[in-house]
Amino acid sequence: MEYEAVIGMEVHVEINTKSKVFCACNNDFHAPPNTHVCPVCLGMPGVLPVLNIGMVEASVAVGLALNCKISRWSKMDRKNYFYPDLAKNYQISQYDLPLCHDGEMEIDIEGGTKRIGITRAHMEEDTARNTHTIGTRESGVDFNRCGVPLLEIVTEPDIRSADEAFAYLTALKQILQYLDVSDCNMEEGSLRAEANISIRPKGTVEFGTKTEVKNVASFSGVHKAIDFEIRRQRAALDKGDAIVQETRGWDADKGITFVQRSKESAHDYRYFPDPDLVPVVVDEAWEQRIRESLPELPRARNHRFQAEYALSPYDAGVVTSTRAMADYYEATVKAGAPAKLAANWIMGDLQGMLVERKLDIAQCPVTAASLGEMIRLIEDGTINGKIAKDLLPEMIDSGKSADLLVKEKGLVQISDRGELEAIVRGVLDANPGPVEDFKAGKDRAKGFLVGQIMKATKGKGNPKLVNEILERLLAS
Amino acid sequence: MGQELFRLKAHEIRGAIRRGETTATEVTQSVLGRIGAVEGKVQAYTEIWGDYAQQRAADIDRRIKAGEDPGPLAGVPIGLKDNYCTTEGTTGCCSKILKGFRSPYNGTVVEKLLDAGAVFLGKLNMDEFAMGSSTENSSVQKTRNPWNLRCVPGGSSGGAAAGIAAHEAAVTMGSDTGGSIRQPAALCGCLGLKPTYGRVSRYGLVAFASSLDQIGPFTKDAEDMALIMGVIAGRDPRDSTSADIPVPDYSKALRDDIKGLRIGLPKECFTDALGAEMREKILAAVEVLKAQGAQVVEVSLPHTEYAIAVYYIICTAEASANLARFDGVRYGYRHPDAKSVEDMYRLSKSHGYGPEVQRRIMLGTYVLSSGYYDAYYLKAQKVRALIKKDFEDAFQSCDIIATPTTPTPAFEFGAKTDDPLEMYLSDIYTSSINLAGIPGMSIPCGLTASKLPAGLQLLGKPFDEETLIRVAYAYEKHSGWERADAPIT
Ligand SMILES: [Zn+2]
Repeated sequence: MEYEAVIGMEVHVEINTKSKVFCACNNDFHAPPNTHVCPVCLGMPGVLPVLNIGMVEASVAVGLALNCKISRWSKMDRKNYFYPDLAKNYQISQYDLPLCHDGEMEIDIEGGTKRIGITRAHMEEDTARNTHTIGTRESGVDFNRCGVPLLEIVTEPDIRSADEAFAYLTALKQILQYLDVSDCNMEEGSLRAEANISIRPKGTVEFGTKTEVKNVASFSGVHKAIDFEIRRQRAALDKGDAIVQETRGWDADKGITFVQRSKESAHDYRYFPDPDLVPVVVDEAWEQRIRESLPELPRARNHRFQAEYALSPYDAGVVTSTRAMADYYEATVKAGAPAKLAANWIMGDLQGMLVERKLDIAQCPVTAASLGEMIRLIEDGTINGKIAKDLLPEMIDSGKSADLLVKEKGLVQISDRGELEAIVRGVLDANPGPVEDFKAGKDRAKGFLVGQIMKATKGKGNPKLVNEILERLLAS
Repeated sequence: MGQELFRLKAHEIRGAIRRGETTATEVTQSVLGRIGAVEGKVQAYTEIWGDYAQQRAADIDRRIKAGEDPGPLAGVPIGLKDNYCTTEGTTGCCSKILKGFRSPYNGTVVEKLLDAGAVFLGKLNMDEFAMGSSTENSSVQKTRNPWNLRCVPGGSSGGAAAGIAAHEAAVTMGSDTGGSIRQPAALCGCLGLKPTYGRVSRYGLVAFASSLDQIGPFTKDAEDMALIMGVIAGRDPRDSTSADIPVPDYSKALRDDIKGLRIGLPKECFTDALGAEMREKILAAVEVLKAQGAQVVEVSLPHTEYAIAVYYIICTAEASANLARFDGVRYGYRHPDAKSVEDMYRLSKSHGYGPEVQRRIMLGTYVLSSGYYDAYYLKAQKVRALIKKDFEDAFQSCDIIATPTTPTPAFEFGAKTDDPLEMYLSDIYTSSINLAGIPGMSIPCGLTASKLPAGLQLLGKPFDEETLIRVAYAYEKHSGWERADAPIT
């Protein structure tokens, strides 16, 4: 039978506010264990939470970017369960009145775009981190992470394949990074994705029994886990087995999902409104202020770059992949570099060199203005492309401008026709063999001769002129 | 000063120290001496900070000598209920599960009292986690009523009420979730105020039921009530539920003028459930106020009969979550035999909590459970709104409401411990006030034939503690009651 997968995603994002969500502790769980803690986030007797306004603003910004409605009035609830990583043995979260709801997001799929409904995005607090030392029978709890602000974003069951899930996660992460609300580092857990997966006979509307796949450390892992889970469910149904509603983990080494918890042991969380916190009220004016402060979002910027700079969809996609790169690109163009050329340099050489040096474009030692100037020097014939390729790493490593390096190293391109012709003649005289070969029809010999000429000019020969002179002399 | 300093009221101590007639050290030593003399009988304190109090008093005397302003409560000896978080001593909530717990911080009210120059004497006995009406649920000791040592002091702030009634402090501090200040104040013959919810910060008060808990003082007279409220009231950025409403100058309420004041008497509070003797005491007190020009109007609080049920659903629900944190993981009691995490939770809680606390946690867990939430918790919240509305309606036709604080005077030990429901009815006149969030004060209004105090409960509009203080002040001036003292030596 032919089946269709029905997938909904739940993503938890740690929001990068300065302090934690309910206390004044530094929001940085990379510090040595239990150094960013206070009576509030340790759940000591008598303490009270106070909601961090920065968290509300960041969450509203995400909600607006995901085209959500923002609740004028929402509340915080207590989710009760016992676990050593939960200081109060309840987590402050939002149950029936989330801050953001009924949004949607557009993703690119093969042959077009697709709309993914966003059910809700709600605020909550992260838990501490448990560590178990094997052999000692001891467990440690690091409360630095306890109380880190967390935004949970839940989609409608609109996703139909692992590819779509991957596209959704990529697009969501891009938005979150554009908003600068999280570093979205999946390995460190600042972004966690869970997939609810079921399958049903194609053409039917009723949902099948779903499984939830958790604890996957990368987007590609999520992709593989969903693919596996669809195959597993299909095989089970084909055999006549029933799907069991359960939570499954992902074993990246074996490439399989496995049962973590069945529905029977599911918790009754006994949600109720947290009486220690007052309602979260976001009035129209506040929402409007946050809306106005939103940056241009990746899809809008991508489309604008295609229209304004005549970039191909592919180039626009790469250049707008991060906000930093898109900013860098626009600044380069504003510095006078032609749009297409700027894209090529940034996507190609610059990106490669940054990767080699383990640098992010935001930390690029070459300013966009400086790169723009370098590209202008190529354009006006001051240097050639070959020189520029050598120049760029030096600019990165020394921090000097292209102009300065060209002057310092005497790299100005030789465009004097007479001077170049003398050099070409010298090379031809010194290499009668290859000249003969060329005349006998061996095209490869020409490449050798060009190489010799560039060597003689120390790479500074204007390539167009060199080619022109060489062809003329060879033909004569 | 030749007289017994420990009998002084806070404002008298403040005046005498400022005038140089006595010192904080002398007052503190006198009160510590009194504690030494009567504490064996009363057992109000679970911890007495003798050395700390004397050092603190000496420090205040030094500051006064140096010409510094030592604060409005300079040298006033104060006792704190055991659920106030203090860096001094321990904060155990009279529970085995928190026995010996040392708080890493002082609560907001504790800080405010310290800044005002108060001298803390120690921690006062209470029902475990403030759950109870007789202080018999304390895991530490039984506190006796200074008026009759065979009787309970009321609860849950029984230590605070008995302590001040026996002059073991000039002021004591308690907490009130469903009557835990007013009921013991009535039973011990002192003044006890539960301020409006949000008037006083809860930060540093170990939570029982967060939407009902409120900190408040026990005092020997209305003037002290004004003095203490002036220090502790106000918005606290660490408590989201504290109200951003200006704090009035409560001393302005200390004027003998209640002419034209309209006193509402709710007909639902004067049914047969109220004993004849108590009814007589309350109505006599109202007559005293009438004689000063107050008018009496009958009001109705039609949902009063549901208050106890609603109260016990909401307070247990909140408590079941608030007390979840006492699990032996980070602090407090951990059972030594636990072999697994679940074992640790189960054993630590089973052995760490007393039966009443366990009963309430189970009740609260039940009313929040899936399938029961709507029938219990949600419905209780709806009725709570109706109870609140009852008071709003009643205050349309009156300025304050007067009721008995308790249906009976102090009862003997063990009289109600076998029947939790009977014990819960001790709060019949007080718990609806926490549900409505309005301020309530119990003031002593005479003795019964068996020489036990009766309490008149005065209820005010939200954030109108001033009127309660004004009425208490006028009553004191004209009742003659204020000179009565518990017969303990
Ligand atoms: Zn903290």
